[in-house]
This record gives sequence, C-alpha cells and structure tokens, in this order.
Amino acid sequence: MKRFRRHGQESQRERIKQELYGFNKTVEHGFPHQPSALGFSPGLQLLAIGTRSGAIKLYGGPGVEFMGLHDENAAVTQVHFLPHQVELVTLLDDNSLHMWTLRAHHGVSELLEIGRFTLTGPPGAPPSVTRVTAVLAHSSGDLLLLGTEGGHVFIVKVPGFRELEERNISLEKVTNSVPEEYGGRRSLEHVESLQENPVNPRQVLIGYGRGLMVIWDLDSQSAVKHIPATQQLESVWWTEDGGHVLSSHSDGSYCRWKVAGDDPQSEQEKSEVPYGHFPCKAISKIIQLPTEQGPPFLFLSGGMPRASYGDRHCISVIHSKTHVALDFTSRIIDFFVIRDGPDHTGEPSALVVLVEEELVVIDLQTEGWPVIQTPYLVPLHCSAITCSHHVSAIPLKLWERVLSAGTLQNTHYSKKPWPMTGGQNLAPDPPQRDLLLTGHEDGTVRFWDASGVCLYPMYKLSTAGVFLTDSDPNDNLNQGTEGEWPPFRKVGCFDPYSDDPRLGIQKIHLCKYSGYLTVAGTAGQILVLELNDEAAEQTVEATVADLLQGQEGFRWKGHTRLEVREEPVTFPPGFQPFALVQCQPPAVVTALTLHSEWKLVTFGTSHGFGLYDYQQKNNVLVRCTLNPSDQLAMEGPLSRVKSIKKSLRQSFRRIRRSRVSLRKHHVNNAAKLQQANARLEAELAEMELAPVQRKIEPRSPDDSFTGLVRTLYFADTFLSDSSHNTPSLWAGTNGGSVFAYQLRLPPVERRGEDPVTAHPAKEIQLMHRAPVVGILVLDGHGSPLPEPLEVAHDLARSPDMQGSHSLLVISEEQFKVFTLPKVSSKMKLKLTAIDGSRVRRVGVAWFGSTRTDDYGESGLTVLTNQGDLHVVSLPGVKLQVQYPCIRREDVSGIASCVFTKHGQGFYLISPSEFERFSLSARCVVEPRSLVEVSSETPSTTQPRALPDGASVEPVLQEIQKSLEVDQTVLCRDSFVCVCYRTFLENGTSALAGGNVLSN
Amino acid sequence: MNKHHRVPSNRTLSSVEVKSKFGAEFRRFSLDRSKPGRFDEFYGLLQHVHRIPNVDLLVGYADVHGDLLPINNNDNYHKAISVASPLLRLFLQRKEEADYSAFGTDSLTRPKKTVLAAVLLRPDANRKKPPVIISLPRDFRPVSSIIDVDILPETHRRVRLYKHGQEKPLGFYIRDGSSVRVTPQGLEKVPGIFISRMVPGGLAESTGLLAVNDEVLEVNGIEVQGKSLDQVTDMMIANSHNLIVTVKPANQRNNIIRSSGGGGGAASGSSGRSSDSGASFYGYFTPGAAIVTTPAHIIQNFHPEELESDEDDEDLVIEADGEALPIPRAASASCSMPSLPRYEPHLNLRSTANGDLASSTGSLSTVSTPDRGLEGRSLEEDGTLITL
Repeated sequence: MKRFRRHGQESQRERIKQELYGFNKTVEHGFPHQPSALGFSPGLQLLAIGTRSGAIKLYGGPGVEFMGLHDENAAVTQVHFLPHQVELVTLLDDNSLHMWTLRAHHGVSELLEIGRFTLTGPPGAPPSVTRVTAVLAHSSGDLLLLGTEGGHVFIVKVPGFRELEERNISLEKVTNSVPEEYGGRRSLEHVESLQENPVNPRQVLIGYGRGLMVIWDLDSQSAVKHIPATQQLESVWWTEDGGHVLSSHSDGSYCRWKVAGDDPQSEQEKSEVPYGHFPCKAISKIIQLPTEQGPPFLFLSGGMPRASYGDRHCISVIHSKTHVALDFTSRIIDFFVIRDGPDHTGEPSALVVLVEEELVVIDLQTEGWPVIQTPYLVPLHCSAITCSHHVSAIPLKLWERVLSAGTLQNTHYSKKPWPMTGGQNLAPDPPQRDLLLTGHEDGTVRFWDASGVCLYPMYKLSTAGVFLTDSDPNDNLNQGTEGEWPPFRKVGCFDPYSDDPRLGIQKIHLCKYSGYLTVAGTAGQILVLELNDEAAEQTVEATVADLLQGQEGFRWKGHTRLEVREEPVTFPPGFQPFALVQCQPPAVVTALTLHSEWKLVTFGTSHGFGLYDYQQKNNVLVRCTLNPSDQLAMEGPLSRVKSIKKSLRQSFRRIRRSRVSLRKHHVNNAAKLQQANARLEAELAEMELAPVQRKIEPRSPDDSFTGLVRTLYFADTFLSDSSHNTPSLWAGTNGGSVFAYQLRLPPVERRGEDPVTAHPAKEIQLMHRAPVVGILVLDGHGSPLPEPLEVAHDLARSPDMQGSHSLLVISEEQFKVFTLPKVSSKMKLKLTAIDGSRVRRVGVAWFGSTRTDDYGESGLTVLTNQGDLHVVSLPGVKLQVQYPCIRREDVSGIASCVFTKHGQGFYLISPSEFERFSLSARCVVEPRSLVEVSSETPSTTQPRALPDGASVEPVLQEIQKSLEVDQTVLCRDSFVCVCYRTFLENGTSALAGGNVLSN
Repeated sequence: MNKHHRVPSNRTLSSVEVKSKFGAEFRRFSLDRSKPGRFDEFYGLLQHVHRIPNVDLLVGYADVHGDLLPINNNDNYHKAISVASPLLRLFLQRKEEADYSAFGTDSLTRPKKTVLAAVLLRPDANRKKPPVIISLPRDFRPVSSIIDVDILPETHRRVRLYKHGQEKPLGFYIRDGSSVRVTPQGLEKVPGIFISRMVPGGLAESTGLLAVNDEVLEVNGIEVQGKSLDQVTDMMIANSHNLIVTVKPANQRNNIIRSSGGGGGAASGSSGRSSDSGASFYGYFTPGAAIVTTPAHIIQNFHPEELESDEDDEDLVIEADGEALPIPRAASASCSMPSLPRYEPHLNLRSTANGDLASSTGSLSTVSTPDRGLEGRSLEEDGTLITL
C-alpha cells in the first residue's frame, strides 16, 4: 500500500518535472564563425551564409532566422537560391551539392535538407572532370548548370538532381565551335563563371579560367558568340539590358564587351585598370547596376595596387563622380546589392558585404553612403569577449535610459530601415526586457538587448578613458585626406587589436533597480559607475586596496597597475565612473558583487578580497586569503607555454582520430568491431609514446591558488544569533574556505558620515577542499534571498525571516546545505564522487510550470566540466534533470556560459557566436518565422522569352505552387494560434524543431 | 516479565556467577548461560552495576588456565560465558590506566560492531606503554583493507584505502589503456583505466594491494566504464578520504582462493573466518615500526552504511571567538540517530588529522558519551537477562 502511494508520488513528480524543465538549444546569436559563402534571394529577400564547418544560416527581416547543418564536415563554398522558389543549393568543399528547402510546418517554416548529389563523370575520368567550380541556378527554376574544373558544363534537373546528359556542354563541343586560335592549342582551363542572359534565358555565358568566354545557346546546343579575353578570368557580369558583358581579371583590370548584334566575335569596348600604373591585384568580382536617371553603379572587389595596398580588403563603389574604396578590417567573402522596387529591379539601395568577421550593409541612397546597423549577425567579438553578465526583467525606465544613451552613440549610422525584409516573424513578443552585458578585451562593456531572437546592440561603454594608456586619443579614424588615392574609407567595427590587455573587463555586476554598475578588470581595477543622462566632466579618484596585508616573502611578477588620469575627463551620457578601487598586487579580479541598497562593492583576486563603500569612497575591509606556501599566486599570470604545446599536440591527435573515425560508415558488425579494435590499437600505440597520467592525491592546503576568491555574496541573514538578522558578506575561495563577515551599517540618515564596519563572524573549511563556486542563503521557506532593492520595488515577496535560514555552499564537487546561525551540515549532494563531473558554472533560476501560471520552483542551474547541464532543486538539493549540452573538449564554451534568472543561458560556440539554450519548459526564446514565395508570377513584369520545350511546365507548376501558398497565408494565423496553445498544453512535446531529451 | 528473572537461581547450572572487580570493589551478579546477550549489553550492565556509567573500561577475565584474557566483542564474551565453571571472574580497568601487558593474548577486533573497539582504536592509546612489547591490534589503525571478498569475482579485488590521519601521500597515478572484454561478437578491446605508477613510500604502494597495470573497474562502488581519465581522477580525488577501488590485478597469482579454508598467502582465507588468521599473522609487531612498515590488513565485509557514515565528513567551522569545532551532524528528519551504538571510525581517525585544531579527547568524549547513555537506556528497557 505504502509502496503504491510512493510510486504515485514519484510519477507525479516526474510529471511536474516535465512541466518545469525542457532542454532546447534555441538561437545562435552573433556572427557565424568562419563564413565561406554568401547567397541572396531577391524574391524571398533572404540572405544565406555558409560556413567552413558546414553550417548554413538564412536571415530575412529581423527575427527571421533559419539554421541548418550539413552532415559532412566540409566547408560550404557556394550558396545559390533557385529563382522564385524556397529552395537553395549549396556546394561543399567535398564536391557534393545539397538541396535545402524552407518547408512550412504548423505555420512555421523549417529549413530542411531534401536532397544531395555528387556529379559522376564517365568511368575512368580524372576527378577534376567533375570537380564543380561554378554553379548557375537557371531562371527557369528547374535547371542547374555546373561548370567544372575540367572545363565541362553539366546540366542537372532539379529538384531531384537528374543529370541531363544529352544537354551537357563538353569542352570539346566548345572548342570545336570557336576559332582555332582560341580553342585548340592550350586548355581553356576550368569554368570560372556561368552567367545567364538577363533578357534571354536560353543563352548562358561560360567563362573559362584562361579568359575565353563563350555564349552558348541551350536550345540549339551551340555557341552563339565568343569573347576573346586573354587575361586570367576572375568574374563576369552580364548587364541588365543584355547588351554588354563585363569581365574582371587577375591583373586588376576589367573589360566591357558588346554582345548585342550578330557578329560571332564580340568586340572590346573598354578596358581599364582602376588602380593602375603599378601592378594590381585581381578584381575578384564585378557588378554593374543601372539607375533610372544617370550613370550606373559599378562595384569592384579587390584590384588594389599590389605593392602599396595589397593587404587591404576593399570594395570600390563607383557612381558618377563618386568613387570610394570601402576598406574592411577582414577578408571579403562576397557581396551583393539589394535593389528597390516590387520586383527588386529598381535603384540599388544597399550594398551587403560579407567579410570574414562581420556583415556590413551600406546605404547607397543616403548622401555619404552611411552604414546601416545590423539587427542580427552583430560582431560580438569586435574585441574579444572576456566575460558576460545577464540581467533579466529590466525595469522600463532603466531600459529607456540605456537605449537613449545608445542612440546618441549611433548617430553615424544610416536612418534607413534594415533592407532585408524576407519572411514574417511570428514569434510572440518577449515577455520581459533582458540585457546581456559582454565585457571585452579593450575595456569596453557592450549592452545587448537579449529579450528576443535578435541580439541587438543597445549601448557601448568604454572604460579606457579613465586610464592613461599607450594609445594616442587623437589617433582616430579620420585619416582620409582630400585627394588621396585610392579614396579609402574605413568601414566595419571588427578590431581585434587591444591597446592594453590590462584594460580587459573580467567581471560585471549591474543593479537594474538603481542603475549602478560595477566592472572589474585584468589589472585589479574596479570601477563603480552610475547612469547619467547628461555628459559630465569629472575626476575619478582611485583608492588602493592592499590585499597582501603585510604578508611577507612575496613578489608580484605580473603587470603593473594601470595609471589613472589625474585631470578631469569628460564622459558622454550613459554610465559614468565615479569611484575606482585598484587592488595591490594588480592581479585579475576574480569575483565582484554590488549591493546597491547598502552602497557597497566587494571584490576578490587571487590574493584576497575587499569591501568598498562607494558612498563614502573608502575601504571597509581588506582580507588576505593567501596561503604562505603558495608561491604561484604571487608571481602573476602563469606561463602557459608548456600547456599550450601539450594541448596543441593533443588536439592534433584528436583531429587525426576523428578523421579515422569519419571514414566508412557502412560496415557490418564484425568488421566494425575489428576496425574499432584496430583504431584502439593505433591509439594505444600513440599513447605509449606519450602516456597521459593523472595523479591521484587529495587536495592539500598547500596547493596553489587556494586563496583565490571565487565567489562573493551579500545576505541579510542570521549570522550570529537566531533572533536578529544582520547584513553579512560571504566569500568563498579556491581552497574550499568560506569566510563570513557581519556588517554594521549606520542608519540611513547617518550613512554619509558614520563608518560601515565589518567583523569576522565565521570561517568554514570544507573538508574536501574543492573550490567554492557559489554561496547562497535560503530563507525560512527555502527560497533564495531576493536581490537587493527587489523587495523595495515590490518585485519580490520579502524573504521569510521567521523560519530558520540555511546556507548553501556550492563547491566544484558538492552542494552542501548548512543550518544558520549555528553552522552544521544539514543536507548535501555529492556530484563528483558519483559521476566524476565538476561544477563549472552555477546560477539560481526560477522555473515556471507550463501547465499553470502560478506554479513554479526555484532551482540551481549547473553546468559541469563534462558540458552537461543539471537542474538541482532548492532547498532539497536533489538532481532533477540532466542534459548534455556542450562538448567537454570545448573548454572556452563551458567557461563562457552564463545563466539567466528564468532558466535560459548563453555560451560561446565560437569567438563570435553565442548559443542560446533553455532549460525551462515555459521560458523559451526561439525563432518562429514563415517564408513564402511572393505570389506574383515573375514573368509579368519582365519581358522574358520563355524557353520552349520542357521549361514551360515548371513555370506552370510554380504558379500553382504560389496559389497554394496563398491559401496557406489565409489560414495561417488561426493555425499558429492553435499550435501555440497546444505547445503550452503539452509542455515541450509540441515544440517545433526542438529536440526534447529525457534523462 | 522482569519479576520472573529477578528470582535468584544461582545454584542452577543454567546460570553463570559473575564476580566483577573494579579497583578495590567487587560486584557479584549472575547471567543466564543460555542467553548471554550481546557484549555491548553486557558492557552496559557492568558499568551499571559498578555505577561508573561514563568510564571507559577494559574488560578481562581469568580463563581456566588462569590467563587474563580480554572481553571486547561478542565472540570472546560468549566464549568467556561458556567456559565459566561456574564462576566468571572479571577484572575491569579504566581504559586509560590499562596495563596491557597483563593480557596473555588477544584477537583482532571486529571494530564496527563495538563501541569499545572504536574507543580503543585511538592511536595515542599507547601512551602508557611498557617499554617492550607486543602491542595489541587496537594500537594499529587500518590503512587499507580488502573487502567484499565473498561477493566479488575471484579475479577482482576491492581495496579500501584509509587516507584519514595519514601524512603519507595516497600516491598513485592512473592512465588510459585498453582491456579485453568478452562480448557476443567475440573478444573486444574496450578502453579502460589503469594504474600507471606508484609513488615510492606512498600509501598505495605500502599496502601492497595495488600495483602498476592493475585495471581500475570501480571507484567507491561506481563503475568507471565509459568515463574519461579526468572524470575518474576527479571521482578518486573526491573520495580520497575513504577511497575504495575495485581493481583487476595485473598479477592474478595472488588471488584469494575461496575454496581453501585459510591459505598462507598475502591475503588469506574467505571473508568470514579470516579475521582471526589475519590477526594472528599481523598482531605482533613493535608499534612504531609496525605502523610505518607493515600495515595491518583487516579483512572485513564492505558495508554500504559504513560508507555513508564516512561520508559525513567534518567541515571545520571557526566561530568569531576563534574556537575551532568540527561540524556535528544536524539532527534532521531524514537522518535520525541510530538507536544502536555504531562504529564511527572516522571520528577518532580524524582527530589526529586535525589534532592541531580540534582537541581530540574533547570531540571524542562528546560523541561517545551520548552513545553510551543511549545504550544504557536501551539496556534497561529490555534488560530481560539482568539478575542482581
């Protein structure tokens, strides 16, 4: 009987867990790492980016995002949308072609791979024959022309990838149809470019690497014309009227050829080397677009003089008398131009450039061609990210003030709206305003709107102005002088070079109620800032905190303290520093907490911790935590040469291993076993060369960095007796020690004069000596104490002061609950002893139930060194759920993880991308968007000669398809509502595209 | 019920006359020979009749040959009762004043059942040692043991290393490797974790129970299969205060042979009986040398609940006045005090570890006294055998 009841309780608990927790990776914020290809669909108004790791990402209007990943771990080299359809084709480094589509499912589009294809040549042919170098998605929508390294053009019918062998354009056919002097003697080399005649889809231009271009008629299967260029070909552009062809070449020249008329050989109208005289680099891409009145726009990438500017990454835009060489900070991948008008055939409106580290969009219709700020694909890593901090549910007032401070910084951006408008964002409005703050190596803190799918830049704070650094403040970007040639203009904000690494931001804490912010950096500097809507000039006074406290026998070998500017500094509206603490020795700040109600800041380094009163601007407490036998802590940053060497060796080994394992998927069981054995043997042989050993030894108090302060916490609790609660400060160290101080704050009216005092109250030494990563006080109900000022703003229930409080100490190995005020062990959860994983990151979160609005539980969100996410219940410290999230080898990803207060989190999947995940079943932020083909038929506005024969049919199909889509548009809205409700009801099960994992 | 048993029936053979001497005082009482009860009850009874409830005692009796033999567990207690004819003469000594040399022999304790043994295991108990001599097993501290011999396959060995109170390093390294498993598809090589190196003079080496190339199968009861080297390292370090590793020794020649009653090899006999032979084998060494050079191997069964008690590790709290106290376990609903006295070896072992911080006698007495009192109470409540 009893057992049955218990069983019932357990299953009920399981149900509650399902209503509370669910793991999803939802959005990738930021800029894709190592982009390698760019595609654009004018019809869908979507851009596609392929990456070296095989990811394909689609972006439309803000909030419209799709992401796919090729199974092959190969770089995406080309992306082509099929005209007037929702399909796109990708070409990978391994010569495979992949067909993707956006399929509407429950009213939301999903990116799906629907086919793959690898060109097979005749038996015995060398691989170069079928190695694809150029792809043309024919405007008929059902043909794909594939130019290869061998010089052949293969024609494939899509979707389905059916080779039309009889229509292939072999190199022999071409050489036979052009005069002897171009064809016969030497090879024409690979197919460099395939272009369709904009006014006659039957004609395609085949550009060969050696320079020759041939216009081929697909129907008559014969060459119509040839263009006898002699320079190595880089790219070809067929002007919109079909009358001219522009070709760009490897010597930095471009030529214009007249192709109208019946003459089988085109004549050269113009040849120019724009940055001439001295040898130039190749012009890798050329585009020319007409304007309604006046001269056309010409876009060239590259072509710079080799000797003097060969290292610049430039796109030249030439329009009438205006000529600008846009100078990017990283390599140009590709670019395209967005055009106005209902069919996207009007005036060029924006130039979209994908460079290796960012996406830059230039407004071509505003004087001066300003940059348009991107709502997504933001370069998070414009300076390397050193830390991040998330603040949930920002009050509207603070939000608006930060926004307006940010607007003042962004006056140089174009006022025009974001030109990419594809798809519809169906995601519900975010329920609250969330801020993500990232600290950077150059001493800046960036504020991002993290409420929704788009991570939008709000405001940027620079702390470098407080200090004297080597960089000259007058060294700004206005280098461009009149008459300089080429007319460079710097664009983009990616700037990986830091003037002074000591400026790097290591810790951030923002109080969302008071607008006080504290940031701490690499050289032991702690700045306290407040939000000011006006610009102000002020001197920032520095207070030194000597953390050594007379500890003898140590010598700091690390960097020196930052020098503070003595003269007043003008700070723009926004967060302005008013107090500065500098730790001595100037070691990196490892923990930082602000209590805006008590006006106190506490900070810790590897030497100790301190408490600073920012109202009276003095140190209240300085405590040294150093162990006298710990030499390493004193000597400053560790030399990492050895470990880097070792890790490099290991990672090479891993790569080799993974390559071995990638080969051959389909082998039977016995062979598999054999293979696995062989592989293991190979690994073993490798290991015998360099055996990896681990020492088994319990931690001792003499270990290095035991004094490093890992966590700091303010609490109003019962520290010394059970009847009076007092303010307290808690600090946890790397050596498993917890220090508790009782704070005495003067009454409010005397807060400015009477000193704040701190008295040591307790010290706890955890027997297992694992680093303390978190400290938390739970109130009488077992809930975590609210944040400072939270209760004062009526946003949290005041904590229960009647029942007894308890102290939760989270070490890397255990979660341990102690009673207060008498510290005795009450409960614990041992993580490491059970599964060998260690706590890396921990946060407190509130999980709401998907079933009822009013039910929720507090819990700890935990990330382990194995990359697993756990939820641990409070106050019972029981493991609730576990999900694998990050590869355990991805150390920087694990270290970068930051949790939100509502069960979501972010971690870096590359230097430039945050992956957003959700552990909460209720609180999920993910893109929900729909993309449809525009219902207008393409042939109505543009005179296009329909190719006879097989190609009529697909056009009809296309019309039919677009009609069907219209119908889905009509019923879509109601459908989405229904779908969303079922999602709420069924918990995670109906979550589109989400992979729900159970234990 | 009690009434019935209070009726004296000294002359019958079914009862044992007991004459107990403590200092200059004698007490006489009798026990039912057929129902002697347990040693701890008996011990409580002795304290009761001598009215010395809080004194730690060494109990000895004179056997038929006139030798003074100790009573400190159920076995030798029952033995003493059975050989008494009919008078059982007991000699009680204050433990701290005990004259060990008076004892003729002793057997190895099975400590976890006995409160006395827990107390006697104190390493500093040999303060008043006579100059020479054969020391008692209680003067040793276990540093390692082979456990669960009866449930493990013969090819495996489960070794427990007691790190507490040791200045010695644990002292071994582990590495990745591969081992062969039998699978339905045939023999398969699977990755495994192996001991790669022993630190000379370390605890692991000195026990002789672990060796280089032994495969590690479990750590504190959790299989390591599928775990990375780093994970296993962290598990071992997390459990280092009481590490139990199950290994498959590389050298399989020294395995325990279960069929034979008591082999003379390194580790002898089956689990049930072997404690005696182990005792006789290891019992006679000069204390100092014995601790350093030859550890005592106690062969005992591995009880999970014992592990639990060890887990209750003792964080140290320093209050504002600077007094250091080990954290007592809070009486929480989920974990009630056991009604039976239980062996808490970690307490006194730890006290040496923290000898500089916590007063060992202080912590000892505070812990053991309530236990004793509790025990006394339980004795009175169901003391069916007491006849005064």
